[in-house]
Amino acid sequence: MKQRVKHFLLQHGPVLLSFVVFLLVYFAGSRMYPAMQKPQVFFNLFINDASLLLVSIGMTMVILTGEGGIDLSVGGVIALVSTASAALLRAGVNPYVVIPLMIVLGIAFGAMMGWIIQYLKVQPFIATLMGLYLARGVAYIISLTSVSIADPVYKQIALTPIYLPGMENVYIYPTSLVGPVMLLVTIYLSFFTRFGRTIYAMGSNEQSAILMGLPVARTKILVYAFSGFCSALGGIVFSMSLLAGYGQFASGMELDSIAAVVIGGTALTGGVGNVIGTLFGVLIHGTIVSILQFNGTLSSWWTRIGVGLLTLVAIGIQSIYTLRQKRS
Amino acid sequence: MKQTSFFRRIRDSRLFWPLAAWFIILAFNAIVMPDFFKVDIMDDPVYGKHFYGNIIDIFNNGAPLILVSIGMTLVIATGGVDLSVGAVIAISAAMGTVLINPALGNELIENRILTENTTRTPLPIIILADLAAGAACGLWNGLLVSRAKIQPMVATLILMVAGRGIAQLITNGQIMTIYYTPYFWFGNGYILYLPVSIYIVAVVCIIAWLLVRKTSIGLFTESVGTNATATYYSGINEKNVKLLAYTFCGICAAIAGLIFSSYVHSADGNNNGLYYELDAILAVVIGGTLMSGGRFSILASVVGAVIIWTFTVTVYSLGVPGQALLAAKAVLVMLVILLYSDYSRRLISRLFERKGSKHEAAS
Amino acid sequence: MVEANKEIVTMKGIYKSFLSVQALEDVDFTLNLGEIHALVGENGAGKSTLIKVLTGVEQPDAGVVMINQQKMTIRSPQHAQEIGISTVYQETNLCPDLSVAENILIGREPMKWGLVIDRKAMNDNARQILQELGVDLDVTQTLGECSVAIQQMAAIARALEISSVKVLVLDEPTSSLDMSEVDQLFQVIRKLRESGVGIIFITHFLDQVFEVSDRITVLRNGRLVGTYETTSLARLELIQKMIGRSLAAYDNMTQTKLESSQHIESEALLEAKEVGLAGSVEPFDLDLHAGEVVGLAGLLGSGRTEIARLLFGIDKPDKGVITMDGEVIKNYSPLDSIMRGIALCPEDRKAQGIVGELTVRENIILAMQADLGWFKYLGMKKQYEIAEEYIKLLNIVTPSADQPVKNLSGGNQQKVILARWLATNPRLLILDEPTRGIDVGAKAEIQKLVLLLAEEGKSCVFISSELDEVMRTSHRIVVLRDKEKTAEFSGDVDEPTIMHAIGGSE
Repeated sequence: MKQRVKHFLLQHGPVLLSFVVFLLVYFAGSRMYPAMQKPQVFFNLFINDASLLLVSIGMTMVILTGEGGIDLSVGGVIALVSTASAALLRAGVNPYVVIPLMIVLGIAFGAMMGWIIQYLKVQPFIATLMGLYLARGVAYIISLTSVSIADPVYKQIALTPIYLPGMENVYIYPTSLVGPVMLLVTIYLSFFTRFGRTIYAMGSNEQSAILMGLPVARTKILVYAFSGFCSALGGIVFSMSLLAGYGQFASGMELDSIAAVVIGGTALTGGVGNVIGTLFGVLIHGTIVSILQFNGTLSSWWTRIGVGLLTLVAIGIQSIYTLRQKRS
Repeated sequence: MKQTSFFRRIRDSRLFWPLAAWFIILAFNAIVMPDFFKVDIMDDPVYGKHFYGNIIDIFNNGAPLILVSIGMTLVIATGGVDLSVGAVIAISAAMGTVLINPALGNELIENRILTENTTRTPLPIIILADLAAGAACGLWNGLLVSRAKIQPMVATLILMVAGRGIAQLITNGQIMTIYYTPYFWFGNGYILYLPVSIYIVAVVCIIAWLLVRKTSIGLFTESVGTNATATYYSGINEKNVKLLAYTFCGICAAIAGLIFSSYVHSADGNNNGLYYELDAILAVVIGGTLMSGGRFSILASVVGAVIIWTFTVTVYSLGVPGQALLAAKAVLVMLVILLYSDYSRRLISRLFERKGSKHEAAS
Repeated sequence: MVEANKEIVTMKGIYKSFLSVQALEDVDFTLNLGEIHALVGENGAGKSTLIKVLTGVEQPDAGVVMINQQKMTIRSPQHAQEIGISTVYQETNLCPDLSVAENILIGREPMKWGLVIDRKAMNDNARQILQELGVDLDVTQTLGECSVAIQQMAAIARALEISSVKVLVLDEPTSSLDMSEVDQLFQVIRKLRESGVGIIFITHFLDQVFEVSDRITVLRNGRLVGTYETTSLARLELIQKMIGRSLAAYDNMTQTKLESSQHIESEALLEAKEVGLAGSVEPFDLDLHAGEVVGLAGLLGSGRTEIARLLFGIDKPDKGVITMDGEVIKNYSPLDSIMRGIALCPEDRKAQGIVGELTVRENIILAMQADLGWFKYLGMKKQYEIAEEYIKLLNIVTPSADQPVKNLSGGNQQKVILARWLATNPRLLILDEPTRGIDVGAKAEIQKLVLLLAEEGKSCVFISSELDEVMRTSHRIVVLRDKEKTAEFSGDVDEPTIMHAIGGSE
């Protein structure tokens, strides 16, 4: 039994740690600012970081494939999807057409980058950098200024609070549910399907995965398509919560997202980690932001310094764990 | 026979591909916009007579990127990458501005003090402080990579995220405007009709070249990037080689930040040097250095950076709105990807081979 | 025996080259159902390349591959598996971060309702497969935490799990297994042969070849030497076919060795007293003299390489003292060692030796330049002089000094590394497996060179897993077993005595 516990801790250490860090950060915050003890503040994390959670889920899967796997285009896709959907809605296109169209756009965009990475043997960094430029650039071509959304369906989805049962006056929006649902779907995908296990196998050792006869090429393209899908969802959620679309939206989100994934215990070398840790990575990010908001006098740049420091701590812990794992 | 080897030598040279790409863009400009290459002499009331034109703009505006690309080349050659250069540019710019007038960050001071054409710190000390800040940032990255053995992408990501926060911390979150005119000289001044920034780039280039080719640092760097273990076994302190590369890169970024803030007369922690890390990596890749490390050429990376700015200036001259520049840049990256992919390389190699064998038959 | 003696694999006239190296030249190979076919040859003979062609990792430049009498183009390892060819590679090619069960079954996991991987069934299944191989362990633990032997077993289990497997390729499967594990494996292989599977067995342990195989195919330098019935081939004959010349060619070396032994200095150049490092090697005494070759013999992992690492300063001992020229060594690092006049030709040529992208010239001057420091850069002219000198001296076959070293053959790469160290003019030269994976000719050259260097007054440490090689070159032999120095022989000793020391008392 003791052996089992040790195994479990060694295997899932970094992820568990991200959970503990989240609890600590949140606890510290609520000691400093008692207002943070309100349940609504906790649920606000899901409202505010809905898009970040979505893109980070996709990012986690991409990073898990290893071999330098990374998706820098996520923020760009959010900008593109928000602008494109705002423009389409302004042109009077039915929102029930726009949403699926945007999702298809995201998937196609991701698949294109995956194809370039797999078959033109381009570094993921470079290929997705092109994706970032392309997505933001096209967003600016669609409109140089922010496009507001007046569509009643969007408005309704964006502004209808869902009151949580059993709690008084605690609500979330429909858009904040997309992330958690996606999280469940991704947990299923990563642990219980061949697609997911192939991702882990590739991240562990891509050469072996090829020799084991796993469909590496297909999986790689699919994983970028999946990330594109998540980013498209993120873009739709983003445009709903702000009721606008703009090429400048979500600038720098790729960084926040990578940081969240790393804080969540996923190794950038691939093969180790999971999306549950990423959830805590995102929540930690959100908590830091809310603490700063509660403080009021501390300026926003402390968020960045804080996130940077936390990334450092997370990496330090990870490397200690890998050392331990190697030794045992 | 000689001609074959001549062709092959040109084709195999590291500069061939970047230069070819540059000439393609220039040729395009020559056809579409004959005015593109026009260089006038302008008489500026402040800076005196100097050349003026697109070509000058490319080098003047591109100077910060060229500088960063030089540093990035060394880092990538060791098998690493430095994502923090954009943030270091912002830190350096913020440092310089704050040292000129520490009151700039404080809104409560009356306007007159803010707009004074004076400095609280002598200019040489500002420059030294900037360089020291850049070196410190580079040293931090280098220590994380070489001593703490953190993957370069993650190690430098930390400063990339935190660095912009630090820059804003220095400027107290303000976009600071500089009114001290001697400071403008780096980004706007001219020596012998040419922008000062070109001379700075040339000096850094020469220093880098001397360091790399006249000492054993270049050999050690390429060796570390190809096989770090074998390098260590050969008695080379591979950690210090990496440390040096990151520190040098930090210093290059600091100089770039100095020129940048001087050119725009202000410092903005959020936007100074935005996307420079990506452009610099792109420049190095265009220059033919592999992201896995090993062989590198500083000159090729400089050409890579010049290509990016030639492209940028071209796009502007074509009248494309600035905001759509990103999409145009994506097209550039796409072209680079296609041009550099194994498939097209093989295709072009085959074309050359055929040409070569023809010569061979003739001689 | 089902359909015994039916040809399942037929390969005819296979050619394959990598860059400038011709790896396979006009090779034929056949495999019958229900036989164990050993594929033997020296390192670099082309065995692995032939297997890679058969399993779709590489495409042949020319030649025909027929499976079940039908011409086939095997596109990928995946395709090979689909047509019933399963492989266990030389280096275990598994995913260390996944569980043992997953490594065995990934890609073919049992599914529940066609949607969810049935982990319980998967684990049960994997446990059962392993039990059939005689291995009992927790299949849910991560593979990376298991011993190499277990990893190897998992790889074999994975290869066997393919239900339609007709051809099983085992590429050096026994190199990391102990005796009882090898027996276990052989039982499994024989069982598979009974059920009609064709097995290709690659190994460099000739005992095993004779113990288990039905036929033997010998390759040498990428060419086919021949295919023989195991029963009709004598051991010595097989060795001759593998190395292509009689062992007599080495005989004059004994003479050289005898002559050179007169030049051994009586005073020790380097002395290690009770030197050890926890987890690496137990405390040992060792003295090295100028003009002498000391051989370190022992099995892989017996502590040979660990001693070399300590002497060269890659690891710092936590017990004992090393003195050189009577002075106690305090600073341990490769650079300090180079400055003391020590050089190490490392064990793993590819990972620790060559710097592939760099040219022959740059590789040769690397250690010398490290000694000179960062700012005393050798001029180009001087660099070429040194490079040309050693290319000539060591007979390095390369188009020019500007050739990237990765394009050279294994033997020439090894010579480049030797040149790198000779250029530093060392007084003590440690050679860890300098002849591994290079052809016989180059082997003999390197062995002679070692004796020559000793004659010139250098002290040499020669490490090799091939005992006859150690015996031929060394004046004195130190034997290691289980991280401990167990014996030291000087003068004339016979092979069985040393074997006995290497293998232990049983």
